[in-house]
Order: sequence, then structure tokens, then C-alpha cells
Amino acid sequence: MNFEIIVQSIPLLLAGAGITIEISALSVGLGLLIGIVVGVCRVCLNKPLRYFAAFYVEIIRGTPLLVQIFVVYFALPMLTGSRVDPFIAAIAACSINSGAYVAEIFRGGIQSIDMGQMEAGRSLGLTWSQTMRFIILPQAFKRSIPPLGNEFIAMLKDSSLVSVIGFEELTRRGQLIIARTYASLEIWTAVAFIYLVMTFTISRFVAYLERRYRND
Amino acid sequence: MIKIRGLKKSFGNLDVLKGIDLDVAEKEVVVIIGPSGSGKSTLLRCINYLEEPTAGIVEIDGIELTSEANINAVRREVGMVFQRFNLFPHMTVLENLKLAPMKVRSIANDEAETMALELLEKVGLASKANSYPEQLSGGQQQRVAIARALAMKPKALLFDEPTSALDPEMINEVLDVMKELAHEGMTMVVVTHEMGFAREVGNRVVFVDGGMILEEAPPKEFFANPNNERTRRFLSKIL
Repeated sequence: MNFEIIVQSIPLLLAGAGITIEISALSVGLGLLIGIVVGVCRVCLNKPLRYFAAFYVEIIRGTPLLVQIFVVYFALPMLTGSRVDPFIAAIAACSINSGAYVAEIFRGGIQSIDMGQMEAGRSLGLTWSQTMRFIILPQAFKRSIPPLGNEFIAMLKDSSLVSVIGFEELTRRGQLIIARTYASLEIWTAVAFIYLVMTFTISRFVAYLERRYRND
Repeated sequence: MIKIRGLKKSFGNLDVLKGIDLDVAEKEVVVIIGPSGSGKSTLLRCINYLEEPTAGIVEIDGIELTSEANINAVRREVGMVFQRFNLFPHMTVLENLKLAPMKVRSIANDEAETMALELLEKVGLASKANSYPEQLSGGQQQRVAIARALAMKPKALLFDEPTSALDPEMINEVLDVMKELAHEGMTMVVVTHEMGFAREVGNRVVFVDGGMILEEAPPKEFFANPNNERTRRFLSKIL
């Protein structure tokens, strides 16, 4: 184990980790937005919307993220004729992917809330959407925190896949350094360790949120 | 106030209501009794369209329930109290009471709060305004649920077995609140097994079995000499 190489590579790897965080955070944020909308559509009263939401979830969940990244980056430009920026492609593929999983998490959360809550809201004259927004979603969201934590951790790790379109996040940086130094053992160990620090931080944060909302 | 004609409700092949006609006048307290599975709760839930009838007409205050828009309009005017309270667990008691008046009637926060506190006073729970539902006993929760329904200033209240989920010692505190409402002239339709309440407060008792109204009469008459054979059998089992 050559520690000197690790020390020398740390700044480059950390910069890569910064980009990994950037992609993951943006994708998770957009994925949350998509997930809330699609998750609510999955249980809404409008049949076409419900089917569309189910269709989206099935398509995204049923294909590998790696293939989705290729589709957005290589296949779509063949149709539209204009190149896609790798950053945009990475964010688009990851957030569309994450949105499907988040939607399923929210759907589960919503459906776990007692039917009586919707009935109570409706009996008071609130509309379906008002009841959803003020009564069902706040409770569903609380119950969704643990699985959302899983999803965020998965997203952070899966963001390594965007290295295939040449996007220089943490994994890609590692590959590039190894190509130059041949220090596979040292660099992959360092890369793995940096991922672990990031995911562990998220899992501690999620545990904190769970504690906080449990007592609320 | 409430007019029901030819109301039918089926769940798949199961005909729960087989043609109900019922009128409830303003300020009247109608008590619906009957064995479990007789369709009495379904009847109540059809009145504000929590269950959509398979056939028939429900008319509240002259408005026939048809479209989503007038169903919402009618639900504002008809409060409902559930067997399992259905308070909103993520909100304080006060917030439970304020939500619908503020969102549906667009009442300002201060006004909604004053009204909510008055109602809590009325049901004897002013001191619990800032508690969460889970911190209250069943009887207290049901009284909050009644106050929440009243906060919309409804023209009528529907009660779906309001004391069936309560420990025996808490039943009276809820019945007392309901009696007070009846004396104040609230129009009420109450599905219950509390025969004492039916006798004391009801203007009319309706006996439902097998999805039909078999008998309806003022309580004295109803309990003294029921006409229908099935009513007699039911009463002999529970009285």
C-alpha cells in the first residue's frame, strides 16, 4: 500500500466527491419533486393520470439506470439531432430514475394512512386535494423518511454510473488517476472510503430526522 | 332538511341497501338502530356521499347531491362524527378544529381560534387545546371530534356509532354532549346501540334490517309496542 499516492490524489478525489454530491443532491431534489407528484397521481381519482403514473414507474423501475443514462446521452440526441451536455444528461437520467422510486415510497406512505383520515377531511367539506395536502401527505411524509433515506443513499452510490458518459465524479476521477499511476489498490480503497463517509453521513442525518419527527 | 328516496347501495353482488325512503326534519333527532350488517352505517355514509349510492336520491336542504361540486357544498353543511374519531394525529386539538373553517370557509386565523376555543369550552376540553389527539382519552377524543364538526357550523350532524369504540365509563361524557346539542335544536341522525339515548333524546327511532327500514316511530311507541316481528325480536335481545 503506497500511502503517498493516496495523499497526493486526495485533492483530486475530493473534488470528484464534490461533483458526486452535486449530482446526487440535484437528482434527489428533483427526484423528490417528481416523486411527490407521481406518487400522488398513483392514488388520485383521475384514471388516465393514475395509469400514466403507473406506466412511468414500471418503465423506469424495469430498466437499468445505466441503460437510462445511455438513452438520455446517446440515443435521444440521435432523435433530436442536438448533443446533450453530460451534466444535464446525468442529472436528467438520475432524477427521472430516482423519481420513480420516490413515487413508490410516497404511494406506500399515502396508502398506509388510515382511510378514516380522508373521510374525516372530506366530511368537513375539504376537497380531495386539500385533504391530501393538509392531512394525508404530512403524515405520509413522516412515515416515508426511513425508505427515503435508503433511496438517497442508493442514489449517491448509483451516481457512480454517470462516469460512463465521461462525467468526472468521484468514480471517474479514481479511474483516471489509476490510468496514470496503476495504483489500483490504493485508489479504489480511497474511493470506497470516501463513498462510505458520505453515505454514513446521510444515514446519520436520516436517523436524526426520524428521531425528531417521532416526537413531534 | 334531509330527504332520501329509493336509496340503494350494492357492493359487488351484495345489496346492502335495498330502497330506503327517509325524511329528517329540521331540529329533529332521528336514531337509527338495527343489527350489525343491517346497512345502517352505510345509510348514514350515503347521506353525505362518503359512499356513493348505487341508485336513488339524496337531497340536503333542497340540494340534490349529484356533482362533485355540490357534494362538497353539502358536506360543508353536514358534519360527521365517526366511530373511531378520525382526529388528525399530526395536529393539535386546536388545529384540528381550525383547519376546515379556515380552508373551506376562508375564516381568518384569529376568528377561527376564538370560535375553536369556545367550542372546546362547550365540550369541556378548553384545557386540552394544545394537546395532541394521542394524549387524550377516547371520550375526550370523541368530544374533540364533535367540536371539530361543529366548527363548520353545520346545519345537521351525522353520528356513526359515536360511542361504540369507547370504554364504558367514557360513553356518558360523549352522550351528554350529544344530548346538549339535541336540546339546542341541532338536526341529528344518530346510528347507535345506546337505547337509553334513543329513548331519551330521539324524536323518532328507525329500525333498519336487511337493507330496509322495517319500522319507524317515536321512541315511546317504538319501544312499548313495536309492530314488526323482527323489531320485537331485536329489542328482546338487547333490552
